[in-house]
Amino acid sequence: MARITASLYTSHIPAVGAAFDLGKTQEPYWQKVFSGYEFTKQWEKAHTPDVIFLVYNDHATAFSLAMIPTFAIMTGPEFAPADEGYGARPVPPVIGHPELAAHIASEVIQQDFDLTMVNEIDVDHGLTVPLSCVFGKVDAWPCKIIPFAVNVVQHPVPSGARCFALGRAIAKAIASYPEDLNVQIWGTGGMSHQLQGPRAGLINREWDNAFLDKLIDDPVALSKMPNIDYVREAGSEGIELVMWLIARGAMADAAGGPKPKVAHRFYHVPASNTAVGHLIMENAV
Amino acid sequence: MSLGKEFKDVPGTTVFDAEQSRKGYWLNQFCMSLMKAPNRERFKANERAYLDEWKMSEEQKQAVLDRDLNRCIALGGNIYFLSKIGATDGKSFQQMAGSMTGMSEHDYREMMIKGGRSIDGNRRIGEHGDAQRPKKD
Repeated sequence: MARITASLYTSHIPAVGAAFDLGKTQEPYWQKVFSGYEFTKQWEKAHTPDVIFLVYNDHATAFSLAMIPTFAIMTGPEFAPADEGYGARPVPPVIGHPELAAHIASEVIQQDFDLTMVNEIDVDHGLTVPLSCVFGKVDAWPCKIIPFAVNVVQHPVPSGARCFALGRAIAKAIASYPEDLNVQIWGTGGMSHQLQGPRAGLINREWDNAFLDKLIDDPVALSKMPNIDYVREAGSEGIELVMWLIARGAMADAAGGPKPKVAHRFYHVPASNTAVGHLIMENAV
Repeated sequence: MSLGKEFKDVPGTTVFDAEQSRKGYWLNQFCMSLMKAPNRERFKANERAYLDEWKMSEEQKQAVLDRDLNRCIALGGNIYFLSKIGATDGKSFQQMAGSMTGMSEHDYREMMIKGGRSIDGNRRIGEHGDAQRPKKD
């Protein structure tokens, strides 16, 4: 049977992708950011999954205001890196897992989460920057990837509680897939940042670290935090952090199993306008 | 059910909700068109003529011509869409974000390196933080 072995959480800052693509990772400003992923690169070599279920958001790239799906699962076979206005990132195409994705879509919709299914889409920095941070410069990503997009651009966006419950439903769906697959679930975006208005540049280090603590120790309580608290405390774009609760809800303890082990934790300010947060949690074997 | 009024009580911040999205629909869709190189070229060649092809209000067009991102946001723009204008102009996201704060590019970058803008006094309207400028509407 397929099973979720670990969850990984990381910011997905476009400037980090640009620094990576332009070979600036050793510059002091960027080295401090990339140093947080050195452990992760080694860890992933030892724990390479068959599939990553990668939760991200599109940033007015593939989804304009013409269509705004709240939750979209990518069920197609292959997805190209998007041109976001600066040319497409020079990274490999994302190879999907259409069979598992179709299974998850079918199971999750029957658990009352009304997902949109997408077969053709270009994926933006929200998805490709985490892959670059974790796998480095490669000719092909080492596993298959099911992109899962969440609307966190136009309010109301889904609540933390809804995201957490969705994570549970996804884990249940994966556990009922007959093939023996090692699956990781990634939650991306955040941490505190605001990109608009006179409050742009907001960073809330104390709040971010409390969020990481609660995500580890008491995600059920964290999932009940209202969306206004994210906007007020972590900035208008800090609301992306609700996506981390999807990955957290998919861990074994959310369904009565043992607590996960924290394999890695990293926090750094700044990368461009944003606080960088990164966590890895492993399910007990 | 519209969003709770608490979303209007965050200083220096406009929450992009369904109402803002309705107001800003063509402004944001104009921005999306700039993701195609031929459209960027036509826009740069004659900004006014290109804007006149879109069902935007005169105020929205003027805000784009002025590159007044705060005004664009008040008129329904969203930063992820407006960033396409910045990309057309060769600006980074940090330059765009900084342009809305009244700070110089240098001062904004320094603020970020020192840990960013403090939340103290910037949670609710009427406190005494550095983001408490009156909102344009």
